[in-house]
Amino acid sequence: MPKNESIQKILVIGSGPIVIGQAAEFDYSGTQACQALKEEGYTVVLANSNPATIMTDHTFADQVYMEPLTIEFLTKIIRKERPDALLPTLGGQTALNLAVELEKTGVLGSYGVTLLGSTLDSIEKAEDRDLFRTLMNELNEPVPESAIITTVDQALTFVQEVDYPVIVRPAYTLGGTGGGMCYNEDQLRDIVQNGLALSPVQQCLLEKSIAGMKEVEYEVIRDHKDQAIVVCNMENIDPVGIHTGDSIVVAPSQTLTDRDHQMLRNASLKIIRALNIEGGCNVQLALDPYSFDYYVIEVNPRVSRSSALASKATGYPIAKIAAKIAVGYSLDELEHPLIPEISACFEPQLDYVVTKFPRFAFDKFTSGDRSLGTQMKATGEIMAIGRTFEQSFLKGIRSLDIGTNELWIRSLEKCDEEELINRLAQADDERIFIIAACMRLGMSVQTIYETTEIDTFFLEKIHGLIQMEQRIHEHQEDLHVLKQAKQLGFSDEHIARVWDKTEDEVYELRKQNNLLPIYKQVDSCAGMYPSDSTYFYSSYEDENESIQSENKKVLVLGSGPIRIGQGIEFDYATVHSVLAIKELGYEAIIMNNNPETVSTDFTISDKLYFEPLTLEDVMHVVELEQPMGVIVQFGGQTAINLAAGLKRRGVKILGTSLQAIDQAEDRDKFEQLLEEINLIRPRGQAVYNLNEAKHVAEDIGYPLLVRPSYVIGGSRMEIVYDHIELENYVEKVRDYTDAFPILVDQYITGIEVDVDAISDGEHTLIPGIMEHIERSGVHSGDSIAVYPPYRLSEEAKHKCIDATSKIAKALRVQGMINIQFIIQNDEVYVLEVNPRASRTIPFLSKITSVPMANMATKCMLGETLSSLGYAAGMLEEQSFVSVKVPVFSFEKLRSVDTTLGPEMKSTGEAIGYAETMEKALYKGLIASGISIPQEGAVLLTVANQDKEEMLEIAKRFHALGFELYATKGTASFVESHDIPITEVAKIGAEEPNVLSTIRKGNVQFVVNTLTSGKQPRSDGFRIRREAVEHGIACLTNLDTAEAILQVIESTTFSAQPI
Amino acid sequence: MHNAKLVLEDGTEFYGNAFGSEMIQTGEVVIQTGMTGYQEVLSDPAHANHIVVMSYPLIGNYGLNHDDFESIDPAVKGLIVREKCNHPSNFRSTESLESYTKVNQIPAIEGIDTRKLTRHIRQHGSMKGIIAPSTMELNEAISYMSDTNEEPSYVRSLSTVKPYVVPGRGKRIVLIDLGLKHGILRSLTKRHCHVTVVPYNYAAEDIARLHADGMIISNGPGLMKDIRSVVQMIQSFMNRTPLFGIGLGHLAIAQACGAKVEKLSTGRYVTGLPVTDVEKKTTHFTSMHQTEAVIESSIESTPLEITERVSEDGSIAGLRHQSLPICSVQYNPESAPGPEESSYLFDAFLTSCTKIHTS
Ligand SMILES: Nc1ncnc2c1ncn2[C@@H]1O[C@H](COP(=O)(O)OP(=O)(O)O)[C@@H](O)[C@H]1O
Ligand SMILES: Nc1ncnc2c1ncn2[C@@H]1O[C@H](COP(=O)(O)OP(=O)(O)O)[C@@H](O)[C@H]1O
Ligand SMILES: [Mg+2]
Ligand SMILES: [Mg+2]
Repeated sequence: MPKNESIQKILVIGSGPIVIGQAAEFDYSGTQACQALKEEGYTVVLANSNPATIMTDHTFADQVYMEPLTIEFLTKIIRKERPDALLPTLGGQTALNLAVELEKTGVLGSYGVTLLGSTLDSIEKAEDRDLFRTLMNELNEPVPESAIITTVDQALTFVQEVDYPVIVRPAYTLGGTGGGMCYNEDQLRDIVQNGLALSPVQQCLLEKSIAGMKEVEYEVIRDHKDQAIVVCNMENIDPVGIHTGDSIVVAPSQTLTDRDHQMLRNASLKIIRALNIEGGCNVQLALDPYSFDYYVIEVNPRVSRSSALASKATGYPIAKIAAKIAVGYSLDELEHPLIPEISACFEPQLDYVVTKFPRFAFDKFTSGDRSLGTQMKATGEIMAIGRTFEQSFLKGIRSLDIGTNELWIRSLEKCDEEELINRLAQADDERIFIIAACMRLGMSVQTIYETTEIDTFFLEKIHGLIQMEQRIHEHQEDLHVLKQAKQLGFSDEHIARVWDKTEDEVYELRKQNNLLPIYKQVDSCAGMYPSDSTYFYSSYEDENESIQSENKKVLVLGSGPIRIGQGIEFDYATVHSVLAIKELGYEAIIMNNNPETVSTDFTISDKLYFEPLTLEDVMHVVELEQPMGVIVQFGGQTAINLAAGLKRRGVKILGTSLQAIDQAEDRDKFEQLLEEINLIRPRGQAVYNLNEAKHVAEDIGYPLLVRPSYVIGGSRMEIVYDHIELENYVEKVRDYTDAFPILVDQYITGIEVDVDAISDGEHTLIPGIMEHIERSGVHSGDSIAVYPPYRLSEEAKHKCIDATSKIAKALRVQGMINIQFIIQNDEVYVLEVNPRASRTIPFLSKITSVPMANMATKCMLGETLSSLGYAAGMLEEQSFVSVKVPVFSFEKLRSVDTTLGPEMKSTGEAIGYAETMEKALYKGLIASGISIPQEGAVLLTVANQDKEEMLEIAKRFHALGFELYATKGTASFVESHDIPITEVAKIGAEEPNVLSTIRKGNVQFVVNTLTSGKQPRSDGFRIRREAVEHGIACLTNLDTAEAILQVIESTTFSAQPI
Repeated sequence: MHNAKLVLEDGTEFYGNAFGSEMIQTGEVVIQTGMTGYQEVLSDPAHANHIVVMSYPLIGNYGLNHDDFESIDPAVKGLIVREKCNHPSNFRSTESLESYTKVNQIPAIEGIDTRKLTRHIRQHGSMKGIIAPSTMELNEAISYMSDTNEEPSYVRSLSTVKPYVVPGRGKRIVLIDLGLKHGILRSLTKRHCHVTVVPYNYAAEDIARLHADGMIISNGPGLMKDIRSVVQMIQSFMNRTPLFGIGLGHLAIAQACGAKVEKLSTGRYVTGLPVTDVEKKTTHFTSMHQTEAVIESSIESTPLEITERVSEDGSIAGLRHQSLPICSVQYNPESAPGPEESSYLFDAFLTSCTKIHTS
């Protein structure tokens, strides 16, 4: 049956803001889906509140609604657009849940909207634990035994049947709070008791633990003719017990026999058929390494993170095919995207090994709980392709961009054997490096296997790498060994370290001896059919398949894995840069290693090299392709950091010069530059010891902003208020390598603004200024940004515009520039200049309709603003208000303090736009997941220095009819100003106390500000965590509280006596 | 550095490192695409005259075990891999690839750019090759290759010499052994059949005395020219016994019904080949080993109809007799290795055996 002609307009729901567990992969799947549907001539209406996505561009959908993803707003959209159908399976769990609700509440029915892809029935069968279990029993497919319990006794009865260990998951707590693994009765009593207390419905799910089994995933697609294929299977190196999102994963499976594989393939196909899914589905299975026993862990009746990975791993675009199936096509009716001769009804054959590594944010969350378990913690991932496991594995490590290009990290040098062994048992984000460190100490593969349960196949491979490292060491400059090392995937940098040479020397040696990689095509068919694929990876082998054209080419470097501070926004800019290059008629080549993103969709660029972003790997592509230049401005700090090395090796950097980049990034040069053009920045100095620090402190005056100099992206950045805090800070960071010099800056309290601009080297266009609601001191990525500015004076605005143009001109910026300013009493301080695309590009591009990345790219390639039809200076402000609200993933990151400060903590963003600031904010906040109640209660616990300011907030909440609760100090202060308030007992006191008040949901907001001194385990910390873990908005900045108040005030009528 | 090479008929050389047996060996170079199942591939009699190239680069990861062989003695001539695994890992593994190839006298090479080799064969068609020491001169290798005579008939050398019984309490099945894979026996014993395996040249009268409920003509490595007698035998049973042909057996049935068979320019050895059911118009995935094919135009004048086609080129994958319970498939419904979704064919065949019995 060809496409469904009875529908014309289709609503696609995106996945909303990026959070841990739901990231860029849904921009990839959503973009593909929108494209696929448009290709078929349907009108696509898209709802997604995430402005950083490609899918929300008009090029990909006909109507884009960046509205909150709530039933209320979706209903409005449906009412207005009257779509014929809804495609819910491409926007993650968010879209799926919304679709279910829309169906259940009758919205779909009353507007005659058909659900495509999956029926409500199949979604529920997959998602509802009980229904799922029943279905698996019917199918004779095994699931781990489980029970829902409401008392400790029931739990004890359950373990009599299934035996320890068991996993406890409290019902309806966010992020698995209160759950855990129990090995004995004591633990069970403890955890269940706690879990029942934490669960708002006093309910826990108990499940027999199957930790230690092999975890294998199958990505399957089925059509209405009941044809079904396995696109890819993937084996987790980390066994069951560590979330697949946090596991190192290989594709295809490596240790499964054909019999194992067919058994699991049969199960997966049986399940997708039974669920009647028309589209993609992910089946997670656990296989006993010592028998043919297996369990079905979970089924996701939609495309997922794993399907994005599988698409990139095989070249088979699951989301695209799933979208076409959803509108009526069958697999055999669809063309294979890479192989002209065959249809899409084909199971990809790989002739390479793919490795996926998770990327964590513990470099930012230094106090976070790093241990890995059943709750996902990674913010992003990378993928690497090689012809051998070792090649792809080591490429993977290089791609992570965590400061190492080998299976070694410096921080472990300090660990003794005992610590290593302890950490080996308790898996954390650095486990793979710990394994290597243990092997270097002589620990056997068997011992490591017994501790980690990682299959010895993988451990032996890693062991081989450690042995090779030794061989390299013993064979200084031996070409034969060098060749072997390169074939195994060793980086020049690693070999250089072992040989005590420079990376450039090793590279030269290789070049002289013609020891260079070749590139192989990803064709989905292991070379069995001719393919026109333009998707390549490197290997050290014989035949090069990447043929160079005669065209002029431009190489764009992507931004690698998604992490805090470098998110999907950079992929947005990268994709637009690539499209702009194509528009100008050049060949656009992209290099990147993130499987979740749109930029690594091989249809975006003319050529895709799926490779690590290191100097060595980029140089190889440059030497092969000989592009006219390389663009580094869109790949975040990852790409910018490569500029110097590329320049050194004679590669042309397009756009802003390396020298200018350096001027912006080097503190001294930067200061000098500002001086020359008469601009100021907060005073500050680099110091090498405490004494010096104190001197500078006295000179500048408190408060101060302090940070280690080597750090980018604000980690370990703090505000200190006096000598004692300064001492504490120095004490705390001195242990870190390279802690000194410490940068000490005057902390300026004021309004922070973000400016993004495009310059052609002469003239500068400023599409807009974004003003932050929170005062300076809250990282620009974590503040609510408002466009156009709402508090800035005209004079301040002009100063910002002026400064931006001056800086851009002084640096002769060609392309993008981002500047952050602080405005205090109309004095404008330059905080930071980033000579590259910033986080705010997609937001600003969308609200001002200036295609910023596109224009910047064209400027780099010789166009001017005027040739592009734009005048220099500030663009006229739009009449509507847009806000960008940060979104956090705190419930997934235990032990992370939620207080906002100069370190960035958010993982994503949502947009709100409307005619007024209040309405825009309302939408933005709702879209970010904060609910705005009209009435209720607020808990106030603020630091002494904030009490005066808080009073105003207390008054306004009171006036709105909110009940006020507070801890002692705050309560008596508020009471003394004649505002009624209920005092709650402090932590540790008998209930009701402050924690139980939060836990029981007696308040809708918590306003808590940081007591200076930042002890991580303070009472304040526990209050903030308690709020997060119970889904209660915790406002740690009075400006945020005030903004929310403003919104509530604008939507409520308070009772006023006359 | 490299101590071995594969030389193709056209003079292309691929250097690598030898393992397994050290003997020089020639054979037709064929590509196998399965990402799992190398043990089944190595022991598949259909590869009797082949030097098999595994397109998946890591081979031997899970070792070899006692259960998954498709024949007792591997018939394969040689093996080419990108990388052999020296530390296999699987609870059933009893032997490494290296040791297996050594013990079973299979010359093998690792370290070859197997993707390049695959693409070469795809572009230039099937060809002979020789596994030789790297020191052997090219022209010496070529002449060695052309001097090597092919075995007269692989069916004769691989088919069982004497009949044997795999007892069961179910349907009585005669299995004509043209170089069968154990997978067929496994599929039948799983269904409780009483199987009598007979040599390819077993006399029709002797077969008749076995009073079979149905007869299966197995797959095997040979060509139609090797099994003329089988075709005649089939003709004598067509009206008496339900027949099911697999692979070479499928060609034999087709010929017995009057169809013609031709040799393919490039053989097909695929794990996971999409095949379309002509009636249902749905696709399923199969393992297919094919050196010869039924000529479509020759079907018209026969009582046969096409039940399945290879999805990508429409070539014949399955046939059925219009009035008699006779059917056959070009692929391996017993899989091993490969997708198991065609195993229902055994059930269908066994059901057809009942029909005749009761009527
Ligand atoms: N019964 C169990 N015993 C041990 N580990 C488990 C069990 N069930 C799930 N896990 C682990 O927890 C992870 C997450 O569970 P899953 O059900 O897939 O939830 P999610 O929806 O977060 O993906 C899995 O990837 C697996 O490693
Ligand atoms: N001197 C200062 N005074 C006040 N706030 C500052 C100062 N320096 C930095 N900040 C705050 O810290 C945040 C992060 O600092 P920034 O230098 O922009 O680092 P990043 O590289 O992470 O963007 C800023 O957004 C701002 O809120
Ligand atoms: Mg899961
Ligand atoms: Mg900043």
